[in-house]
Amino acid sequence: MSPDTIARWQFGITTVYHFLFVPLTIALSVLTAVLQTIWVRSGNDAYLRLTKFFGKLFLINFAMGVVTGIVQEFQFGMNWSEYSRFVGDIFGAPLALEALIAFFLESTFLGMWIFGWDRLSKGVHLLTIWLGAAGTFISSIFIIAANAWMQNPVGAVYNGGRAELDNFVALLTNPVFLTQWPHTIAASFVTAGAFMAAIAFYRLIKTNKDNPEKTSDLDAYRKGLKLGAWVLIVAGLAVIVTGDFLGKTMVETQPTKMAAAEGLDSVDDNWDATKAPFTFLPGVELFPGFLNWLYGTDYIQTIPELEAQYAESGFLQWDSNTSQAVPGNALQLTVNQDYRDYQFDPDLTKVTDLKDEIIPSVPVSFWSFRLMICIGCLAVLGGILLLLVTAKGKIPAPKPIWTAIAVVLPFLPLLANSFGWIFTEMGRQPWIVNGVLPTAAAVSPTVSTFSVILSMVLYTAIYAAGAVVEVSLLLKYIKLGLPDDVNVSVKSEGEELSFAY
Amino acid sequence: MTIFDLTVPAQSPSILQVVWLILVAVLWIGFFVLEGFDFGVSMLVPFLGGKSDQSRRVVLNTIGPHWDGNEVWLLTAGGATFAAFSGWYATLFSGLYLPLFLVLVGLILRGVAMEYRSKNESQKWRFTWDWLNAIGAFLPALVFGVGFANFLKGLPVNSETTNTFGVNVPLYSGTFFGLFMPFCLIGGLLFVSLFLTHGAHFVSLKTSGEVHNRAGSLAVKLGIVAIVLLAVFVLWGNIAYSLPGQLGWLRIAAWAAGILAIVALGFGWFMNTKGHDGLAFIGSGASILLLLVMFFAHFYPGLGFNNAVNKGPVSLDITTAASSPLTLKLMTIFAAIMVPIVLAYVIWSYWVFKRRLNVTNIPSLEVTTAA
Repeated sequence: MSPDTIARWQFGITTVYHFLFVPLTIALSVLTAVLQTIWVRSGNDAYLRLTKFFGKLFLINFAMGVVTGIVQEFQFGMNWSEYSRFVGDIFGAPLALEALIAFFLESTFLGMWIFGWDRLSKGVHLLTIWLGAAGTFISSIFIIAANAWMQNPVGAVYNGGRAELDNFVALLTNPVFLTQWPHTIAASFVTAGAFMAAIAFYRLIKTNKDNPEKTSDLDAYRKGLKLGAWVLIVAGLAVIVTGDFLGKTMVETQPTKMAAAEGLDSVDDNWDATKAPFTFLPGVELFPGFLNWLYGTDYIQTIPELEAQYAESGFLQWDSNTSQAVPGNALQLTVNQDYRDYQFDPDLTKVTDLKDEIIPSVPVSFWSFRLMICIGCLAVLGGILLLLVTAKGKIPAPKPIWTAIAVVLPFLPLLANSFGWIFTEMGRQPWIVNGVLPTAAAVSPTVSTFSVILSMVLYTAIYAAGAVVEVSLLLKYIKLGLPDDVNVSVKSEGEELSFAY
Repeated sequence: MTIFDLTVPAQSPSILQVVWLILVAVLWIGFFVLEGFDFGVSMLVPFLGGKSDQSRRVVLNTIGPHWDGNEVWLLTAGGATFAAFSGWYATLFSGLYLPLFLVLVGLILRGVAMEYRSKNESQKWRFTWDWLNAIGAFLPALVFGVGFANFLKGLPVNSETTNTFGVNVPLYSGTFFGLFMPFCLIGGLLFVSLFLTHGAHFVSLKTSGEVHNRAGSLAVKLGIVAIVLLAVFVLWGNIAYSLPGQLGWLRIAAWAAGILAIVALGFGWFMNTKGHDGLAFIGSGASILLLLVMFFAHFYPGLGFNNAVNKGPVSLDITTAASSPLTLKLMTIFAAIMVPIVLAYVIWSYWVFKRRLNVTNIPSLEVTTAA
């Protein structure tokens, strides 16, 4: 394996793993803050107990998100030094601002929330969880803006061997960012909603069987179930709507990614690009014209066409309004005018095979795209099912099928999120900066294959062990159920703390 | 050799480039002064707490609300280096791959140990996590010490490699084992002993009762080791390694900061023996701050790289590694707004948790696990 292949595997493993925790951190912090807000406003202890119960699960998850996140920030420089050097002028700023504005907010105020139950007044304490949640949101803005720039490098110019910032506002009004960020946030709420609904559902059935006299517990779990399931369903619809916008944006900014996602590597003789059918599964083509409608363009480009186009003119974007291939943004334009041939010259660079492979892997793009959509929809159906079987005060009798649903449901959004990111990143290949910098040219020249393999093996081992510990702790606290002790008061010196490590 | 050689010769830096080198220094100082004591606390938990879980928890909870925020200084230092000196970030992070990997492993272990150690009643579980926590603090402390000593010496770099656009890029040209020269090993031990002393001062400041007394007396022994190592390091570093091209007044600054670092640590040690916990903590904190000032005085203009042994047309320094004027300007505006706000709420969070802890404050197991 070449060094960039191993470095890509490492990035894939660590990033997919990191993103198992991120969406829960983003959205469960908000849902916990909502629960606590309802408690502060209503005084109903059911919401305080739910706050503490889901807050505990949130923190167990948050710990893993934090420690795996540190790896992410360092990894760019460690494995991708020439990427970092090329993009640092633009890509570094959002990372620095993420740490300065978001991470300080998140860590300081979540620390105060965890330890501050008996030190802060109710109102100030409530503010700390909201500020912590705001930190997670701001963090997502910066990192998605950075990723969106890799998909569509706007606001930059080429200068002296690297990309330089030209227009900061363009970074934050990048059409890819404006669609990708809401899509990611909505998916985060799907994740947290499914998590909350499934756990509350499991606890509801279990408590009803073991301790049916605990009506206040049953009532609280039902509240958690309803909140979680509705969040899941509404956010699921938001994912679909934002996903549609994102797809339309990517047809314009990344034509090869969407052509690969729709499996357009070979088309039959009766192919009509103005009435393109939707390939549901390989060989199953439905609804002529569906793709045109879906992506909002009169003409659907196929992979053979895109390959010919690249050989002829270099990287081009697509204008859906006029149905024409158009030059890319300033950075893409300069690189394609002045350096495209240079990138292929075997005497001057190691990037020699790009010309034949400007299309991402079709099977990976095609299947990850479909799995993302199908598994995400399944999660939403799960939310609807839980609401139906618990409607009008019903509680299903304990059966293995309900346990199975409660166990599987939280994992569905995690899978869908992972396939979404695999599609986004694999679909951008062979570019690390779309249409500008090839991935193979971005890897660190000084890092040995041995170092990357060693670190990859150890990361994987540590992450696997971490996953076992995290899941066992989550299960433990789910089994313990709602806490009984809901006494919250500001305490004086010498008294026990309400929370300590 | 190359047709697209757009590299510029070393030139005098702009004001913003100097400002950002100072800001990066400030972020590292914030990291080492704050995370320094909580690294120390993590390493001290098994020793100050002994066989008593309650005592261990008193020690650990002194940094409970703060350690995660302290770690963000490192992320911000890394991010700021990426944004303001992407060439520095790229060459440094890829060059020191394995040492940084060790730091990351340590930080992962430590973060997980913090959050998970009290979530199980078993003493074996808890004490195992405490050791992982201690190792997770020891590894980064040691590696950063060895690393910063290497920067002071000046890492070798060459720029014979061209990137995809035909531009020469400076890359680290040393080896992994070349990092462990005697001077650099002393740097590693110095960081560990300095953070242990700083951590013991912090525990002493933040606790009462038996734990407080134990921390105070341990700090006396640790402090002596740290003072000796610091004195050796300051003298050796300033005598043996003055980088070519370094300005005269920076040499004076490096000497002054180094000597004052020794004085500050001595002051902290003395105050601890007199029972002035706050002044002892300020002394060790100031010592770390001054030591970092000494380091950064050595990092100008080569950013910890020694271009005298450089082969190739490009040097790695404050001008060639810097980002564009527009990026630096924007980042300066954000930093000017955000840094005071961040400092304000971080200080407030320390104020909220200002009380000393005692074994009587530690909740029993049932409360911890159910709430």
